[in-house]
Order: sequence, then C-alpha cells, then structure tokens
Amino acid sequence: MNPRRKQRLMAVSAILLLLSGAVGAMLYALNENVDLFYTPSQLLNGLGEDKVKPVPGQRLRIGGMVVPGSVKRDDSSLKVSFALADTGPTVTVHYDGILPDLFREGQGIVAQGTLIDATNIQATEVLAKHDEEYMPPEVAEAVKGIKHVAPKYTYPAAADASATSGAATTETKQADKPATATEGGSQ
Amino acid sequence: MIPEIGQLSLIFAFALSCLLALVPMYGSYSGSVRALLLAKPLAIGLFLFSGTAMACLMYAFYHSDFTVINVASNSSSMLPWYFQLTASFGSHEGSMLLWVTILALWTALVALFSNSLPLLMQGRILGVMGFICVGFIAFSLFMSNPFERSLPFFPVEGRDLNPLLQDFGMIVHPPLLYVGYVGFAVSFAFAIAALIGGKFDSTWARWARPWTLAAWLFLTLGIMLGSWWAYNELGWGGWWFWDPVENASFMPWLVGTALLHSLAVTEKRGTFKSWTVLLAIAAFSLSLMGAFLVRSGVLVSVHSFASDPSRGLYLLAFLLLVVGGSLFLYALRMNAVRSQARYQLFSREVLLWGNNVFLLTATLVVFLGTLYPLFHKELGLGSISIGEPFFNQLFYYLVIPFSLLLGLGPWVRWKQQQLPPLLKPLTLVALLALTLAIGYLAATQSLAANLALLGCLLGAWVGMSAIGEVYQRAQQLGGFSLGFTRLQASHWGMTLAHIGFAVLVVGVAMTKTLSVEKDVRMKIGDTVELNGYHFTLTDVYALNGPNYGGQAAELEVFSNGEKVTHLHAEKRFYPLQKTVMTEAAVHARLSRDLYVALGEELSGPSWAMRVYVKPFVRWIWLGGVLMALGALLALLDKRYRRAPAHVDVKVRETTAAFNGAEHA
Repeated sequence: MNPRRKQRLMAVSAILLLLSGAVGAMLYALNENVDLFYTPSQLLNGLGEDKVKPVPGQRLRIGGMVVPGSVKRDDSSLKVSFALADTGPTVTVHYDGILPDLFREGQGIVAQGTLIDATNIQATEVLAKHDEEYMPPEVAEAVKGIKHVAPKYTYPAAADASATSGAATTETKQADKPATATEGGSQ
Repeated sequence: MIPEIGQLSLIFAFALSCLLALVPMYGSYSGSVRALLLAKPLAIGLFLFSGTAMACLMYAFYHSDFTVINVASNSSSMLPWYFQLTASFGSHEGSMLLWVTILALWTALVALFSNSLPLLMQGRILGVMGFICVGFIAFSLFMSNPFERSLPFFPVEGRDLNPLLQDFGMIVHPPLLYVGYVGFAVSFAFAIAALIGGKFDSTWARWARPWTLAAWLFLTLGIMLGSWWAYNELGWGGWWFWDPVENASFMPWLVGTALLHSLAVTEKRGTFKSWTVLLAIAAFSLSLMGAFLVRSGVLVSVHSFASDPSRGLYLLAFLLLVVGGSLFLYALRMNAVRSQARYQLFSREVLLWGNNVFLLTATLVVFLGTLYPLFHKELGLGSISIGEPFFNQLFYYLVIPFSLLLGLGPWVRWKQQQLPPLLKPLTLVALLALTLAIGYLAATQSLAANLALLGCLLGAWVGMSAIGEVYQRAQQLGGFSLGFTRLQASHWGMTLAHIGFAVLVVGVAMTKTLSVEKDVRMKIGDTVELNGYHFTLTDVYALNGPNYGGQAAELEVFSNGEKVTHLHAEKRFYPLQKTVMTEAAVHARLSRDLYVALGEELSGPSWAMRVYVKPFVRWIWLGGVLMALGALLALLDKRYRRAPAHVDVKVRETTAAFNGAEHA
C-alpha cells in the first residue's frame, strides 16, 4: 500500500472508531436521561397496552390539574404538598421549594421527580405555564383524547366577540423567547 | 387605513419577491444582462415595501388600534410606548413580519454591497434570496396575517403584552436573534449560487465569509442576550435550560461556527469545498427547522404553545423543499468538484477539520436531545422528556478535547507543521495556564479536583495560548510594538473570539460548581447567610406600577460586617393578563452575582425567597460578547473591502462569458 493510501485508511478508521464511540455514548446517555411522562391515572393503572407501572425510586414526569383545596403548606419551611388529578384517581406531589408564579389550584402543572410509592411523588421541579386556560399538552390529550387546539380568541371587554374573532388565536408567544414562564429547581 | 397600507405593502413585497426569484434566474440562464441588472432594484424595492409593512404594524401598535386583532391580543393602552412598539413583534404574526423584514433587509444589503461580485453570481444569489422571501412572505400573508381586522365588533381595550415580554430584553433580543438566524440565508444563497454556477474557488469563500461572519456575530449576541434575559426575568437564576426553543437557536450557531472555520480553510487553501457548501446549507436548514419547531408547536414541552397545525405543515413543507432541493442540487454538482490541495496529518487543515467534527457532534447531541421526545411520541411509545443531564454530560465530554485542540490550533501552520518548533512555546503556555488556574483557585476558592478546576485549566490553556500566539506572531512581524500594528484585523478577531470562548468556559465551570443556592422562608428582620454574605429582609410592601401591582421586598446585604449592597426584588401582578412575574434583584460583579427573587407570601406573614450567590456568572455573557467582538474585528479586515468593479465592465464580462459559452 502506498503511504498516502495508508494514511487515508488510518484516517477513515479513526473517524469510524470515533463516530461509533460518540454515537454509542450518546445513545447510552440518552437512555439514562429519559423521563417518561404519566398522568395520575396512568401512574395508578399503568401506561400503554402493557399497563407498565413505574417502580418506586424511578424518575418520571407527572402532569395533571392541581386539585382545589389540596395544597398543604408546612408552617415553618417551604415544604408543600398537593394532590394532582386528571380524570379519576389522585396522587400526591411533595415538593420542597418555591412554587412557580403561575402555580394555582385547579390549573395544569407538570412535576419532575421520583416516585416514592404508588401514589406519592417527591418533586424536584414543578412547572406551570403562562396561560389561564393552559393544560399541558400531554394532559389535554390524556384527559380529552384530543390534541390541544388553539382556543378561540375572547375579548376581555367586547360583548359579542367570539362571533367575530374568526381564526385568531390567543397565541401570545414571542417566537424565540428562550424559556417561558416556567419555574423550578436550580441548575 | 394605516393597517391597510401595511397589508398592501406586504402584497407588493410579495410580488417583488416573486419577480426577484424569477427574473435574475432567467437572466443567469439566458444571459440577459438586463434581467440580471434588475436584481438590485428589485431587492431594494422588496426591502422598502416590507419595511413599510413593519412600520405600519408598529404604527398600529403605537396608536393602540384595537380593531387589528394582533394589536388587541398583544397590547393595551396602559402599556408604555416602547413596549407597545416592541409588542409588534411579540406575537407569532408580528414576529413573522419582523422575520420577513429582516430577510428583506439582508437581501437589500447583499444587493448594495456585492458590487465586487460578477453580475451572474450576484443575480443568482439575489434570486435565491428572493425565493426564500417568497416562501416567508407568502406564509405571513396567507397563514398568519398580522394586519387582520376584527371589524365591526372590536374591543375597547387590548389583552396586554405577555408580562414576560415587558422587559428591555424584548426590545433588543428578538431583532438581534433574527438578524442572526436569517443572516445564514445569505450564506445559503452564496452556496446555492455557487452550486448553480458550478464554480468554487477561494474568491467565492472570500465573498461568503464576511456575510457568514456578520450573521454569526448577531446570532451570538442574540443568544447571549436571551440567556441574560432569562436569567433576570424568569426568577430562577439559570442562564441556559436546554429548552427546545433555546436549542433551536443553538444548533444553527454550532453549525455556523463550524462553517466559519471551514470557510477559512476554503479561502486560504482552496480545499474543504464541498464540505463548506454542505455546512452553509445545514446552517440555514437548521435555522428553518428552528422556525418550524418554535412555531408549529410539535414539540412536547411546557414551553410549547397551542398553535395552528396548518402553519406547522406549511413551514415543514418549505423546510423540506429547501433541504431537499439544495441537497439534490448538491448531489448533481458536487461530484465534479475536487479539492487539489494536499496537507499532512499535523497541519492546520486537520485541526480545523477536528474543530468541525466536534462542533457537528455537539449539534447532533442537541438535535437528538431536542427531537428524540418528538419521535418517541410519534412512534406511539409515550411522552418522554430528555433531562438536562444528558446535554450537560455530553457537552462536558465534548468541550475537553475541543478546548485542547483549540489551544493548539492557531499555532499550527497550513499544509504541514513540524512538532519540535512548537514544543517550547506550547510547554510555556501549558505551564503558565497551570500556574494561573491552580494559583487562582488556591488563592481565592478551595482547590479541589472538580469541574471548576477543569474549567479554569481549559480556559487558561485556551486563553494563554491565544495570547501567546499573538505575541509570537507579532515578534515575527518585526518586533513587539510594530508587529502588533501589522497584524491583520482578522487575526485579532480570531484571537479575541478564542479568548471569549476561554472566558465562557471558565464562567460556565465556575458557576456550575461554586454557585450556592438557597430557597428559604423569611420573615421581616430575618437574616440568611450564604457564602459569607448576610442577607437581611428589611421590608416588604405593596407595589403600584403603570399596568401592574404586586409586592416588593427590600434586603440589605452585609459581608464581614460591612454593607455590600441594597437589593430590591419585586413580584408583579399584571391584572389584564392575570399573571404574576418575578423581577429578581441582582447585584453584579465580575467575580460573582448576588441574586434574590421574591416568592409567594406564606402564613406568618413570611415570604418564600430565593437567595443565590453565583460566582463568575457574568463571564458567560462576557465570553459571548468577546466572541461577537472578535467576529466584528474579523469583519473589518481590509481584504473584504475591495474596490467594486464598474457596472459596464461587469456587463461586458458577463456578455463575454455567455458568448464564449455559446461558441464553445
């Protein structure tokens, strides 16, 4: 083999080696960091056709509506717990920290955390959204079985507004604003 | 009336963009010089009309014309005038119009500042830009009209701008970011024009380089501003969240950085040609993908918004058309292109190739992490989210070898480099970096084998090596002081950008490792201690703003018995949007930030407070600014400012080229 070809072969095999290593590491890291999303009923009844239930200690995300009247705060610390529900059963989320500005009873939230036992979750992060009618898309799909479509525009002051609003939406998002109205744990 | 003028202008702009997409292209095939010469006035007219449309929209916002649906949903009469103006790009429709205007601005700039280009090339570039304009103006006109009226029933008051967007960041961040995003359309147009012409040489790279630099400069600034804004406005002291929307802007940045470096090789050595073209296509495609991800709502994220699926479909179709079309053209043309330059294994070419490999791997990581949840869901495997650790971990592994190579890169010559002459200066640089990093950490913080040490070492290595290299180059150019003035502006630019990267790495590592964060419950008079700083809550009182109410907290900060500063944190309630916003109090110094955010009121009365001490967090943005400054310096390099050829000469050249082609 002439030296130039040899060099090329070396280069190509080096690239292949690096590439496979990189892809392997990437996929491994990806699998390590996947958090499945559950709604309260999915958490209790199992997810999907196989009815897979998470095991205690597993990291997961849970989304639902905060049950009105269920928010309990500790008197001397920032510990708080609240019940979360979608269509039927409720689960309890425990959290130690500051709830997001938009956290409100009766509103949809998503919590990231680990499962303590079948109906209790220790949250590391609670996320809420900047919209009165907002429901996390996953919750909306799970609750209604439909995709979350744009709500019709409603005017705050005008009387017969919905009839004239046409296709306008309440989209208030600025397109490339990095992160919107979510709050949660530290970096 | 004014909104109708805006609407009409947008329609004119659409017509002009259609002409711009067709006429110069026709000229480039038929050799009609007149058709080619028409490109410039068309491009300028396109900008004038889309600029008028944007101005009309701003006027409607400024005068609170609530008959326009867009104004009614995103503004209110109580809003300060500067936010009324910026609210014009606060919504999907308005931001799309801003996007169009900036795209037209770039097109006009290319038309104005490309006099040194051959007529054919100029016509093709502007034709491609025109085609992109057609796609986006049509989207704005037909799918998301910003001027739509709600007559005869219109509201007397608007719904107000999303309080998150009522910030100084909103005034500068979106325009800068868009200028960057859209700027890659110019690199793309250069690449496509070259593909059509089938001619690649170092002159082509020299033309494309300043435009790419300019786009990259603005994208860098835009991303950094966004990060700084999120830090101040979201009330949780983070500066990067690996949010899909952020990732959407980060991917074009990474590929754009790779493109800049690859363009350098193409310009100086005439090689890496096909690779450069591919990167130019990729950078713009990722910009488009970002627009698609952000505006279609396909991503399962708490940040995604209820949106119109047909809009997403349109953008996806446009994205596929652009990517598919350009790759097809690439496949047709690129096999004919051969790079003739040869280089050894240890040469600057290979090191820059390494730079590209790492940057593209990083892009792949971000791409995978952003889109994997989407695929997972579409395949019916359930909703998932990818945790931050995925990105952090992989970037950790990527940054180490990348920084080591980066410190080495500028020292190595093109074509081939012998190792021995480099050993002495590099050992010196390495020793200096070691002393600096370890010395600093030992003197000020606790020295431990952690991320902070690693970051400081890598940062010091890159920074020292950049400074050392400039010093050595200056020596070679005739002594210390003389050499410094003789160095090219682009060389200074590179050095500054590399130092910026070093500063950024130090900032990230130090903040990640040494930040102290505490969520506490405080009564008035309570004191909390963090890293030697004593924060005392002195007062909480009701707040009365122009369009908001809420609470404000006053804190005194002491360190070693001495008063450091007074902090004023707010929690605002915006009644029109019924939302609560946190205005954090930040006391910034180069070496650390004190950060306090007021949380909710608890029984007692006491308040939940976030109290953070974040060392070196300013360095992150400082690094970004230095990188952008580096790009600016490189942009000012003399070699990009060549005397333009006279039109008559170019016309003769073009005619000659076509006649030659016919005879041949």
